[in-house]
Formats: sequence, structure tokens, C-alpha cells
Amino acid sequence: MTMPEKQTIDLPVAAFRGMLLNFGPQHPATHGTLRIKMELDGEVIIKATPYIGFLHSGFEKLGEHLDFNQYVTVVDRMNYMSPLCNDIAWHLAVEKLFDIEVPKRCRYIRVVLAELSRIADHLVFLGAHALDLGAFTAFLWGFREREKLYDIFEMITGGRMTTSFTRAGGLWADMPRGFEEKALDFCEQFPYRLQEIENLLTRNRIWIDRTKGIGVISAAEAVSYGLTGPCLRASGVVWDIRKAEPYCSYEDFEFEIPYGENGDVYDRYLVRLEEMRQSARITEQAIRKMPSGPVDVDQSKKIRLPSKQKVYTEMESLIHHFEFIMPDRGPKLPAGEVYVPTESPNGELGYYIVGDGKSKNAYRARTRPPSFVNYQAFSKMVEGRFIADAVAVLGSLNIIAAELDR
Amino acid sequence: MEVYLTPRPKEEITEHQMMAAGRLRARFPEAVFGETQFRGEMTLVVNVEAIFEMAKFLRDTPELLYRHLADITCVDHLHLESPFGRFAVVDHFYSFKFGDRIRLKVFLPDKDPCIESLVALWQTANWLEREVYDMFGVIFRNHPDLRRILMPEDSVDFPLRKDYPLTGRGERESFPYVTRDGRIIEDTRSSRAR
Repeated sequence: MTMPEKQTIDLPVAAFRGMLLNFGPQHPATHGTLRIKMELDGEVIIKATPYIGFLHSGFEKLGEHLDFNQYVTVVDRMNYMSPLCNDIAWHLAVEKLFDIEVPKRCRYIRVVLAELSRIADHLVFLGAHALDLGAFTAFLWGFREREKLYDIFEMITGGRMTTSFTRAGGLWADMPRGFEEKALDFCEQFPYRLQEIENLLTRNRIWIDRTKGIGVISAAEAVSYGLTGPCLRASGVVWDIRKAEPYCSYEDFEFEIPYGENGDVYDRYLVRLEEMRQSARITEQAIRKMPSGPVDVDQSKKIRLPSKQKVYTEMESLIHHFEFIMPDRGPKLPAGEVYVPTESPNGELGYYIVGDGKSKNAYRARTRPPSFVNYQAFSKMVEGRFIADAVAVLGSLNIIAAELDR
Repeated sequence: MEVYLTPRPKEEITEHQMMAAGRLRARFPEAVFGETQFRGEMTLVVNVEAIFEMAKFLRDTPELLYRHLADITCVDHLHLESPFGRFAVVDHFYSFKFGDRIRLKVFLPDKDPCIESLVALWQTANWLEREVYDMFGVIFRNHPDLRRILMPEDSVDFPLRKDYPLTGRGERESFPYVTRDGRIIEDTRSSRAR
């Protein structure tokens, strides 16, 4: 019996000294399906390459095939943590393209909803971020508060996550009875509840060790990476679209913009924490100052459905209602292009719409997703740091995978 | 620390936009093809060769300082009338200091759409351009890492082009599937994906 010839195998790993680690796509700390290929030297990350697209579902393509009111059901699935911010941003863009101004009451209700969503989004950030770093109680307490918010959303929109509440030129409905009191009650007790959570974390030794000086990004780099929202402000560039380019009557309210100086995970956490307090403040002001009147633009614009009462009693309204629903009739998006930026909880959320003047569908419905742009800076933040820091940085960026991949 | 929280009045923004457009025209007299204002937004159609220099000029000139590259995207003008070309790569710039936005638009031909990358100026251009490449097939010259980003690496189509169907081309039905009684059906089309 002859021995088989000895084989030599060229191992492809021979050239690479470090270790290759796949972080995700199924990993509890990735908050969705993110995959990061990490090259490690011991426990230090030499190179981190994010791979995204696992949740790509062609939302922008759908935007070209759904009309401007239908597409709102898709946009609120982008950032499912604060769907109302997406709804509002989308319809602000549509309204700008139509060149219509919604009534004051509508704008105030939108502010209330956007700010409550911001609190809900930041609470998820806070809870999940704390959970990743080993603080379980903060997670539970944060989600308890979020649950109250979701009850409020359910009360006004009928849905907890998939709200689809705005319409071009108004809202699906006015506030229900008792909504204002419920929202005010929430805003009144919320700062105390937040203080309780903060007591667990802000001066906690472990928390500070895990977050301070981690994932630092300087102001110049943050601008170059296009960071927006809390991530930008934590680096010391104090820019907030609600103040700098006010939409939805944000200029009527008094609020402060928190900022950080070091641009690390701890600062991003502190900025978000303070933003929640400010959001509660804005909500309270908006409800106290709530103007009376209709929430929809008047019927002469023919952009909003007439009321049921009118549909049943007036011929003109019946025709309008009928035409509005039919696919090839009703208002057409004007030919032109607009870009509307808004301050979503994660940063600049913009919609760029191109209308062709021929149909109700946008010719191009582009989302400027804050998560997508912010996530780019991840590699820069973690390279040269430990794997455990990658978890902290990932939590502090608050990546929403659905918005990342659309 | 930099603070940019003062809202600018509409007239001031329009004035600054006009000024920026004027400066661009003066600096690149041959390269600006058109200038439109729509709903208070300024759009400049510019020459593809000059885009890099223009973006640099917008970013670095002290009176302009468009330091925030908000977005890079693309529009396929297949069903729209377009005198310049099929694809329009659209860049949105924002000036923190002067609080206004400006949009540069570059038209590219149907065949071999190719444009200079802005990654050397803004890091954020990296993924944004990769997405445009992935969705429209526009090639960015001097891009450090021009790979697919959202679609699978082996896909061949560019899904946001207007001649690409909404239901996709073979992405859904190209998988073999197993029936209840255990047969593996290799070559089939499910009824949903026609």
C-alpha cells in the first residue's frame, strides 16, 4: 500500500496576522441587522468595515409608485422609533412642492407629536445603550416611559408604531378629547422619571469608564463626515434645524439646544438626555398655546379630502372626494424639485422630491437618512479601540437599521 | 465651539443664494449652464468637468462656506425631458454660517455616466456616492472604495433606474424552493413576482 503523496496547502490566512471577527448581522448589540467585519489584534480593532443592506427594501423605488398620501405609510416604517417625525418631514416636503401653508393648529399638533416622538426615540436610545453596557434597570425604566408615550400615540393616531398620521395639507384627524390632558400629564411627570434614570447612570463610575473618551470625533471631522443631530452637537458644532431653519412654527417656542465639547459617547448621551427635557418643555408650551381652528387647509386648494358631512350633502365635494381617490385624477404634484430638511431625533432628515407635473406620484422620492450618514463615522470612531468600545459607540450613534437601508 | 442657531430671514437667504450663484458664475464662466429658483431653492446646472473645483470653491470661499454636504443623490430623467443627459447627480450644500442651501446638478449621458468623486473634500460623500453607484450605476472617478452598498455584491442591475421594474428582475424568483412534499423546484417563477 502506498502512502498518498504529501500535499502542501497554502493557507490564505498566512498573510494576515490578526484575527477576523464578524460582528453581527445577528448580534444583540447591533440593534437590527448590521454586519461589521473587524480585523483584530488581540482585543484592539485595527480595521472595521461595516456591511449594510440587509434590510434594503426599496422604499425609494416604492415612493415612485405610490401617491403622496399613500407613501406616508412607507416612510414611517423607515425610522420605526419615531415614525411621526418621518411622516411630518415627508408631508412638509410635499406641501412645499405644492406651495401650501397648513393652519397654525396643524403645525402645533405636529410639533407636539414630533417632540413626543423625539422623547420616545431618545428613550429607546437610552434604554438600549444602557442595556448594551450592562445597565438593565435603565432599560426597563426607559421602556416604561416609552410605553406611556405609545399609549398617547395610540390615542391620537390609532397605531403605536405605524402611525401614518399626517396628510398633505393637514392631519388625518384632529386631537381626540382628553389628548391634551394626557400629554400634559406625561410632560409633567416625565422630568422626574428621567431624573431617576439619570441618577442610575450619569455619575455612575462604571458608566463613565465605559463612555468617557470613547468614540471621540472632533468638530472638523464631524462636519466632514456629515454628522447631524446629537452626534454633531456633542462634538461642539451647535446646529439645530429647529432653530436655524425653523419649520412647523418652531420659532414660537422657547427651548435650549444642548451641546457637548468632547464628541465622545458620554457627551452624546448627555446631549440626548437634555434634549428629552427640552422636548417635554416644547410639548408643554405647544399644548398650552394650542390655537383653535381647523387642522386642514381649506378646500379651495383641493389637496385634502372634504369632510364626510360635506361629501354627503354637496355635489361639488362628492366629486372632489371621488376624484381625489381615483388614481389618475385629483391633484398632481407640480413639476419641480424641493428639498426639505427637518431635525429628526437622529439628525437631519430630509426629503428631496422631484415632481413631474403629470401624476400624483413623486418622480423621485429621495430620503436623506441621518442614520446612514452617521453610521459612516463608526469605523473612524472605533479603529484603535477595544471591541467593547464598539458596542458603546454603536449604541451612542443610535442606528436604526430600517432607515439605514431603506 | 461653533454656534449656528440664528434663523435668517427669507430675503437674506435669497440674497446670499444669488450672491453664491454670481460668484460661481464669475469664477467658472463656462461651467454654469443654468440657474433656477423654485420655492426659494436655488439650483445650478453645472458642467461635469468642473464639479470638484466648484464644490471646493463653495466650501472654502470665506463668503460662501458651504461646509455641510447634506446629500448626494441622483435622478433618472428617462421619462422627463432633459436636454443635457439622462442622469442628474444632485448635490445639496448647506452653509452653517449663512444659513442657506444650494443645489448643484450635473447631467450625465446614458452611456458610461461618470463623474468626479467628492470624497477628497467630504468623508460623507463616500457612502452617499456608493449608494448612487449602487442604485443608478453612475461611476465616481477617484472614489476610494466604489462597491455596492445596499444591493448584494453579485447583482447586475441598478434598481432605481426608471427602466427597472418595481417587482425586480429575478431577485425574488431565482431561488429554488421546496414544496410541502419535499420536492425541490429549481426553475420556477412564483406568482407574486411577475
